[in-house]
Amino acid sequence: MRANGDNEVVVVLGTPDRDSTEIVTQTVTTGDPSYAGPLSGIPLGLPVIHVLDERVAAQSDPATYSSEIGLMLDALETDALVAATRTSESG
Amino acid sequence: MTELSGKCVIAIGERDGIPGPAIAEVVRSAGAREVVSFTQCFV
Repeated sequence: MRANGDNEVVVVLGTPDRDSTEIVTQTVTTGDPSYAGPLSGIPLGLPVIHVLDERVAAQSDPATYSSEIGLMLDALETDALVAATRTSESG
Repeated sequence: MTELSGKCVIAIGERDGIPGPAIAEVVRSAGAREVVSFTQCFV
């Protein structure tokens, strides 16, 4: 797979902590930071967003979002997870 | 703004977080099409 300029592909994460969010985000943007997998050194440049990001909630059906995500909004550190994905947007 | 409508989505869920199928349901309701959906487990 190669990144394309149209950004037709979006990666949506459901990771539970900041570390895993950062690792997956880096893997699909700049390449696997651990250099352990096939994406090491391959910068796909895909846009990444966490499913807990308010921008996902704003675009989704509220009833579906509430039933599928619901309690996890309070159970996980939403702000930290969203911040971890947004670091990929500044680069 | 990351627009989801009309996009292809790779849903990367995790057992201790939000599972892939739940992400897929949400993005479908936003007008996106999930092309890959899975749930990672590190136990």
